[in-house]
This record gives sequence, C-alpha cells and structure tokens, in this order.
Amino acid sequence: MKSWRAQVLVCAGAGCVSSGCRKIRDAIVAGVENHGLKQEVKVIETGCIGSCNLGPLVLINPEGVLYQKLTPEDARDIVAEHLAGGKLVERLLYKDPLTGRPVARLEEIDFFKYQQKIVLRNCGLIDPMNIEEYVAREGYQALHKVLTSMTPEKVVDEIIDSGLRGRGGAGFSTGLKWKFARQAQGALKYVVCNADEGDPGAFMDRSVLEGDPHSVIEAMAIAGYTIGSSQGYVYIRAEYPLAIERLEWAIRQARERKYLGRNIFGTGFDFDVEIRIGAGAFVCGEETALLTSIEGRRGEPRPRPPFPAVKGLFGFPTLINNVETYANIPAIILKGAQWFASFGTEKSKGTKVFALAGSVINTGLVEVPMGTTLRDLVFKIGGGIMDKKQFKAAQTGGPSGGCIPAEHLDIPIDYESLTRIGAIVGSGGLIITDENTCIVDFARFFMDFTQSESCGKCPPCRIGTKRILEILIRITQGRGREDDIDRLVELCNNIKDTALCGLGQTAPNPVLTTIKYFRDEYLEHINDKHCRAGVCRRLKKQAAVKIS
Amino acid sequence: MVTLTIDGQKVQVEEGTTILEAARKVNVRIPTLCYLPEVQAIGACRVCLVEVEGNRNLQPACVFPASEGLVVHTNNLRVRRARKFSVEMIVSDHPMDDCLTCPRNQKCELQKLADDLGIREVKFTGEKSGGQIDDLSPSIVRDQTKCILCRRCVTVCKEVQTVSAIYTQGRGFKTRVEPAFGRSLNDVSCTLCGQCILVCPVGAITEKENIEEVWHAIFDPSKFVVIQDAPAVRAALGEEFGYPPGTLVTGKMLAAVRRLGFNRVFDTNFAADLTIIEEGSELLKRIREGGVLPMITSCSPGWIKFIEHFYPDLLPHLSTCKSPHQMLGALTKTYYAEKAGIDPRDIVVVSVMPCTAKKFECSRPEMAGSGYRDVDYVITTRELAKMIRQAGIDFAGLENGYYDDPLGEYTGAATIFGATGGVMEAALRTACEVATGKTLENLDFQAVRGLDGIKEAVVPVDGIGNVKVAVAHGLGNARKIMERIKDGTADYHFIEIMCCPGGCVSGGGQPVPVNDEIRRLRAQALYQEDKNLKIRKSHENPSIKRIYEEFLGQPLGEKSHHLLHTKYTARGRF
Ligand SMILES: Cc1cc2nc3c(=O)[nH]c(=O)nc-3n(C[C@H](O)[C@H](O)[C@H](O)COP(=O)(O)O)c2cc1C
Ligand code: SF4
Ligand code: SF4
Ligand code: SF4
Repeated sequence: MKSWRAQVLVCAGAGCVSSGCRKIRDAIVAGVENHGLKQEVKVIETGCIGSCNLGPLVLINPEGVLYQKLTPEDARDIVAEHLAGGKLVERLLYKDPLTGRPVARLEEIDFFKYQQKIVLRNCGLIDPMNIEEYVAREGYQALHKVLTSMTPEKVVDEIIDSGLRGRGGAGFSTGLKWKFARQAQGALKYVVCNADEGDPGAFMDRSVLEGDPHSVIEAMAIAGYTIGSSQGYVYIRAEYPLAIERLEWAIRQARERKYLGRNIFGTGFDFDVEIRIGAGAFVCGEETALLTSIEGRRGEPRPRPPFPAVKGLFGFPTLINNVETYANIPAIILKGAQWFASFGTEKSKGTKVFALAGSVINTGLVEVPMGTTLRDLVFKIGGGIMDKKQFKAAQTGGPSGGCIPAEHLDIPIDYESLTRIGAIVGSGGLIITDENTCIVDFARFFMDFTQSESCGKCPPCRIGTKRILEILIRITQGRGREDDIDRLVELCNNIKDTALCGLGQTAPNPVLTTIKYFRDEYLEHINDKHCRAGVCRRLKKQAAVKIS
Repeated sequence: MVTLTIDGQKVQVEEGTTILEAARKVNVRIPTLCYLPEVQAIGACRVCLVEVEGNRNLQPACVFPASEGLVVHTNNLRVRRARKFSVEMIVSDHPMDDCLTCPRNQKCELQKLADDLGIREVKFTGEKSGGQIDDLSPSIVRDQTKCILCRRCVTVCKEVQTVSAIYTQGRGFKTRVEPAFGRSLNDVSCTLCGQCILVCPVGAITEKENIEEVWHAIFDPSKFVVIQDAPAVRAALGEEFGYPPGTLVTGKMLAAVRRLGFNRVFDTNFAADLTIIEEGSELLKRIREGGVLPMITSCSPGWIKFIEHFYPDLLPHLSTCKSPHQMLGALTKTYYAEKAGIDPRDIVVVSVMPCTAKKFECSRPEMAGSGYRDVDYVITTRELAKMIRQAGIDFAGLENGYYDDPLGEYTGAATIFGATGGVMEAALRTACEVATGKTLENLDFQAVRGLDGIKEAVVPVDGIGNVKVAVAHGLGNARKIMERIKDGTADYHFIEIMCCPGGCVSGGGQPVPVNDEIRRLRAQALYQEDKNLKIRKSHENPSIKRIYEEFLGQPLGEKSHHLLHTKYTARGRF
C-alpha cells in the first residue's frame, strides 16, 4: 500500500455534514492540489470523531492534531501553514476550557483522553466507503477466524465469557441470547440488527453505521454462523439517510469481496444482509414491534414469551441485537473474551458509548469503560457545566431512563448501579442539566414524548401516560393539587406493573426519579406556585415571602 | 402433558395451553376483555394479568403458555390491583355520561367488568380521546367515543372476513380504530356484515336502528304493515329473553309480533322455498345450456357486497336470485296486494333479519322491481327484542302464535337456510327428486352441515351425473373459493356462500355473544325444526305450487324475472 506523509481526516458524521464539512473537504482537496501535495497528503472523509460541538473539524495524522470549528478559509490556511509549511495553526486549535491554552494533539484533549474505544475503534479513522480501509484494520479477520477455526459452541462460549450485555437498553447477556437462538429449532433462522435508535438525541448507532458499517456486517455474519442462519436484516430508521447510504454501499462491497454471499471464505457458509427501513416510530425499536414491522404489519409489541429467539421474524427463531452490541463482536473474537472482560466492572463488562448532550461544555459521542463515574463523564470528559453553572441532574437512558441528582454524581455507570437508584444505562442517551432546568418541566418533556409514541395497544400506557402528562402540565401551569404527587406515584407504579412492553414499563421512570430526588421542587410548584428555575412561565420565579 | 399450579391447585394440561384455559380446568375464571376465543389472543387489555413465579412482570393469561412446574397466582393483591388499574384506565377514557342511552346498556362487557372488579369511583379523570360518530351507512353506526381499542373488530374483519375495512391507526392517546383516511364505513369496501358488532364488547359498533320508523308505520292507520322473519331469528331470539342458546321460540315470537300490532305475519321461509325452485331452475339451465359455472348462491347480502368489491370479474357466477326476504317483499306488494285488494302503496314490509347487511340490501335501487320498495325496513333480531321489551310484552308467558296465509307456509328445507350448508342441502333435496322423479330416502346431507370452513360433496343425480358442490361460510373461506375459481381449480357446479361464519344463525344482527358453541346450538335448533316438520322439501310446499299456478307461471318466467331476480354492481376497492 502507498504510504502517505500525512492523512487529513475530515469528520463526515451526519452532525458535521450538516455543519458544512463537505466545503471544508473541498477546500482542503483544492489546497492540497494547489500546493502540489497530491502525492504526499491523503484526504479522507471519516465517520464521527465524536466531539460534535467542535465541528466541522479535521484530524491530521500521524501527528494527531485536531483543528476545530473550521471555515473554508481556515481550511486553506491549514493546508498552507500546516501541511505545506509544517507549522501548527494555533488559532484553530482546541482551547482547554479551564486554562484557555490551545491543545494540539487529540490525545491530550480531556474529551478524548479518558475514552476507551472498542465500539468506535474505526470511527473517525477510516473511510467508511472504502472496504480496504476496514480490511487493513483487521476487518473480516474475526469472521475468517470463526469460520475456519471455531465451532458455533466455541463462539457462544467466547461471547458469554466476555460478559457482553445488550447495548440496546435491556442489558441481557448477549452470549446467552446467542445460545438460545442457536438451540432453538427452526427450518429457517434470522439475524436481525436493531438500528431503529429512537431515543431523541441519541446517535451512537447512527455513528457506528456511518463510520464503520462493516463492523456490524461482519458481526452479523458471525452471528449467522453461530446460530445457523443465512439471512440477516438491518432495521434502520428512515431518518438516517446517510447511514443507510453507507451501509448499502458497505453491503455491496462486502458482497463483491465475497465476505457476504455464498460459500464465504470457501467454508460452505452462506450469509447475506438486507436493509429494512423503518417508518420512525419509537416503539418500533422494541424488538417484537420491530419484527412485526419487518413483516409488513403495524409496528406494535406483542407479549413475550414467545421470545424472538424461539419464535421471531415470520415465526422463525430470530436473534436480534443492537448495533453497538454487534460492533463489539469482531473485537471480542480477535482479542479474546479475557481482554474484553478486562474493561468495566464485575457484572458490566466492556465499554459503553454515550451521546453526551445538554449543559456540558463538550458534547458529542464518547465511549468509556463501564463503571466510569458520572462525575468523570460530566466534569472530565464533558469539561464541566457551561457558563459556570451548577450541575443539577443527569438523565440517562433517554425517555425511559431516570434522572440522577448531584448526590449520586459518584455513581459508577453500570447496569446494576443505575438500576439501584431508579435509572437505567439504556441505549446511551445522556442529558446533563443545570440549575436553569425546571425538574417538573423536565419530566413533562419526557412524558410528552413517551405518551405520543405509545403504540396505543394497552390501556395502562395509552391512557395512563396521558393522565400523568396532564397532571405534570397542570403542575407546571400553577394548577397543581395537593394530592397530585400521590396520584403521580400511584399512576407510575401501576403503569410499570401493568404495561405490555418496555415502553410503558419504563415511561414512568423520569417522573418517579424526579419525584424521588426533587420532591421539594414539585411541592414548590404545587403549594407555593413557584418555579425556582423560572421555566414555568405562569409561576413566580422568586419564592413567595411568607408573612407570618 | 405438563403439571402446573394455579392458586395452589395442581392441574395437568397439554404443554402450551394458555394459563387462561388451564385455570378453567380448576374452576378459576380469569377476567378478560380483548381476548376473543377462536379469534384473538393478544394480551393487549391487561385485564387477564396473573403473577407467574419467576417472572418479573405480570403476564397475560390469555397468551402465556403453560409449562412444567409453573406456579401461578390469579388472585392476590398485586394481581387485583393491576387488573383494576387496567380497567380504571379504560373507564377514565370512556364517555360514561352516555351509558344510560347506549344501545349496549346492561349488555356491556366493560360495565360488567367494572362491577366485577369493584370499581366504585372514577379515580383518574382527564381529557377523553373522543372521536367521530359515523352513521352514514344504512347498516352500521360506529361511535368512536366509546371505542376501548380492544381490536376485536379489527381482527374479525381482517382475519375472519379478510376485508380489513377498519384497522388501528395513529399512536398514543390519539390511537383510533377506523377505516382508511378517517372515512365512513359507507365509503370503503366494508361488507356491512356486522361481525364487528358481534364482537365489540361495548357500544362502539352497533346496528343502525330502525325501530322508531317501524313503530310509526305500525301506528299509522293508513298503513298495512307486514312483518316477515328469517329462519335464524327464531333460533336465537330466545337468548334475548333468557332462554339458553339453541332454544327455538317460533311460536312465542309469532305471538309477540302480532301483539306489536303488525297486520300480517309472513315467513321469509316461504321465499326460501321459492328460492330453491328459482335457483334450482337457474342451475339446471346453466348446466344444460353451458352457462357460467360454478353458480354461486346470492342470498347473503354481505357476501354480495364482498364479491362486488373484491371479485367484480366473477359476478357472472352469482345466481341472479334476490335474497328470500326481498322476494317475499316483492310478492307481498304484488301477488298478496292483488289478492287482498290492498293498494301496494299502503303496504309497509318489515323484515326481521339476523343480518345488518340486509339493511343495506333493502336500500339498493334495484330492489324495487314492482315499482315499490320490496322491503321498507329491516330490523335485526336484537331490535325485535327491544321492540318486544318496549311494548311491555312478557315474552315467556306468551302462547304460541301462527303465520298468516298465503306467504307463511314453509318446509324444513327452508328453515335450515339459517345454518351454513342449509341452502345447499335444500337445493340437493329438490334437485335429486325433481331430476330423477324418485323419492329420496335420506334427506340429511351431513357432508354439508357443520362448522368446517369449506365443505364439499359429490352427489350423483340421475340424468345429470355427478353434481359437485361446495359450501363456504365466513368471507375468509369465501375468498379461498374465489381464488380457486380464478385459477380454474374450482370444478364445482354449485357453491353456497354465506358471509357470516356459521351462516345466518350467527349473522351480525343476532344476540351477543356468539361463539362456535352457540353457532352449533342455534343450527341444531333449526335442524330440529326441519326434522319435526311434515314437509321437508321445497318443491312440495303447497303454497309454492299455488303461487306458480295463480301468479308466477313458470320458474324463471317473465314475472319471476321482474320480481325475484336482480343484477349486481361492480364496486371499487378502497
Ligand atoms: C420502546 C422501546 C424502544 C426500543 N428501542 C430500541 C432501539 O432503538 N434500538 C435498540 O437496539 N433497542 C431498542 N429497544 C430494545 C429492544 O427491544 C431489544 O431489547 C434490543 O434490540 C436487543 O438487543 P441487545 O440485546 O443487543 O440490546 C427498545 C425497547 C423498547 C421497549
Ligand atoms: S406499553 Fe405502550 S408501547 Fe408498549 S404495548 Fe402497551 S401501549 Fe404499546
Ligand atoms: S361490517 Fe364486516 S366488513 Fe364491515 S367493518 Fe364490520 S366486520 Fe368488517
Ligand atoms: S369498536 Fe369495539 S370491538 Fe372495535 S376496537 Fe373498539 S371497542 Fe373493540
């Protein structure tokens, strides 16, 4: 392979595309040509580098220098000064939020320093439209290894030993799920990838598919071999056109290179992957609803059992995993279960990708070992709260998750710890709020979402969430009643216990956790008609002065 | 077999049996709402929740499969609370101010459930999801404000009838069951069969009532009001007055309608016998002259609307015979009017039918061959029961009544029209005898009886050869036969199709509930009446012979053509 003096990686995740990265790339390509550097410098569009609030950005290797918030003029300067002139363009470097000093190398920036990239190992490093680059980074070697030297049982054992748990939300042991799907009897079996990613604000799965689609394709083929399936489907939401485009391209390339299709690696194993596009309902991410939707019916959950592993797509045993779950698989196969299990906590192994958003200084996509504390995520990686405000709460797991107050900032982020305090790891949405957030309004926001996304099948969810929402709205409008908190708690607990699927069972979490940790603020709204954050406009911002 | 424990009692069942069914074996009745035996088990309404040890979540008994060693609690505080909550939620979105004026008042499953579960207050109030009232069709009223989204109607319409006129749309609190684009049932490919009415647990789908119009006619001194009733009515009306399913109440029904004030009481069965003569002649003609075969029966208006919407190319297969009550209406306003010296303009014909589609049928423009509407009003069995109650008649205490001449005489062949296979059996009885001139020894054609979806028989008829027939009931089965006609594999001479599963005994206008057991019992009542009748073959009905002599002349003759036969309309699909 040709060796280059320098590689310019232009982030082309959907976030950066919308902030104008194409123009930056064009400017750099033109500049490189003008300066006669075409033989020395390679310009690559990569998947998401992660720090979305800094985009458009470029990373120059091998130095590992990051330039941020670029305009096309800036890009021309980078070519002239850095690539041609060999000097850093200081004004375009990242500035440390505490010291204000420029930091040149990506590795030294706090946002990247504390991350551990397994899932995102190739994102931002390779051109996702070029299978060669994936192959050059050990791509499809895990599939080769599995097909030529591992029995399906051995693969199952390896995944079980790794301790990998589903990243789609529920955290079920991936190895066990593969085992059940392998054991299930069926004339046909299917492998399905859940790329519905309906949590508002989450984009982990999108980034993987945009930045490293082959890792998912390879993992699905490994899964196919393991459970005895020759057909895979990726169910992806229509709102992700770039991810669809890149995945389609990757599937085509994989077929051409015979990593998909008949007789893969000459082993007699057949496997192919097709894309199914979802209409974008949140509930279609729930596995049984997703399968129903692929079957061409209205996407609605159905009771389990039977679980998909026993009776799934078109009635056949079906393995369904999340994008991020799959992306871990090739790495586990190549580096071994022990290696993977060396990251994380006792019961939560490996890493987790979060979409960090809200009031932190650095937002974007981050991958950290399980067990990283919330404090590290917010203050080290996130760079702390913007405008020197106070941290108020973190919402994990999107609308089905819980709200974590400052008193739990030191909680390690893993499945068991978060469940203990009423939150969940969820799929990876992580919203940080500051003192300007009204907690009742915050809960209302999530309830509004789940309420309108309920599939309407079961009364507790369809009607119960509406009743919760009505009470929350009433409280934020200063019409709260004395027994409203009791009513909310009663509604929430009953809905959790009676709803058919995960949507209804988790929808009350934001309300229950905000009541648990911020009861005072509810009471202020109800009794004093006072919103301390000043968000609820019909309420007073200042506390009423009691005349007694 | 597996053994599980339900409320401390051990029970042995086939693996995979639902907890709901297993519980029945130990006399535990778990309440249900969206569950509909034979049709739908989706675990949606959360009313049948039970606690299964080892499962974090409560589980719906209607779908949860029994397995070895399962320990189930169907009645503890958690389960009670959960069930009550599910119903409380439904109640909180239900327009309860309308209960007293609802057609299903006191026959509503939600009322019963709320009572059974001890709901004594509406704990959670708020906005109601509301919706539209669609009363544009002549047969069915849909009141969305009352819909509890159990989806039973959706499943019946889609899975049993394969029509899919209504389905679930929207999400969240705005979820609705309705036809595409919020249209009226009248503007989509709905067959107006009313199977959705039968399964609706509440008053969200009901027939369009014509009770008031009928009362007005009765009390209008210038009108001569004639009532006729279909055979299936007498096999089910009793259920509305507390009789067990399968009780034949012909005599009391006749006494009751006379008390209601009708001037004459005729029997649709008379026209059923007539149908056999006309339709039989049509079939023989087609066989002899190489007409379109197989010929298909045309007495079920829901079926007619179905073929008009979905298989318009196959309309030439339909017999041109009107359905019996339309024939009887036409004859009342001609033959009878003439005989009795009454101006047909003053005659009002009311049909009591097990059927909602017949309300639509009687309004079809072509159903007025005499110059007057064949039938003025169709009321359902349920509506007749309401009229009897409104008139304060003590049904159980009535002596037996009688039919009036000359349109009241009927045979056993006619009365079994009400059950699937009945028309076919009646036709075979006549065909065999008329074609051969010999008397049939065994009149019971068992092969075409019963609830199998599609029944077939080959009957040797002297002079014709082997006559191949088929019987289908429920539009899903009708569709299968249609597909076979299309691909040329249906080599039958004659096919009977009834729109409603089980035939008219479980038509959309019949008392609720309906299930296969009740279908069987009602059919049995009709077969019993057939057995008890002296004359069991249509061609032996003396009044039929007379009407040909006095009025109609020939089967398929000029008068028949005008009064007893009809044509069909190809309709679009929406
Ligand atoms: C309402 C709801 C939405 C969900 N959405 C998603 C989703 O967008 N992506 C996903 O991977 N899993 C989603 N899940 C979880 C899936 O049901 C399922 O657990 C997951 O696909 C299994 O894969 P895993 O074991 O790899 O996590 C959702 C669950 C619920 C209840
Ligand atoms: S819990 Fe909500 S989303 Fe899930 S099945 Fe019930 S109504 Fe549908
Ligand atoms: S009347 Fe029959 S066809 Fe029409 S919606 Fe009801 S079940 Fe469907
Ligand atoms: S109309 Fe009746 S049967 Fe249909 S979903 Fe509503 S309540 Fe259920």
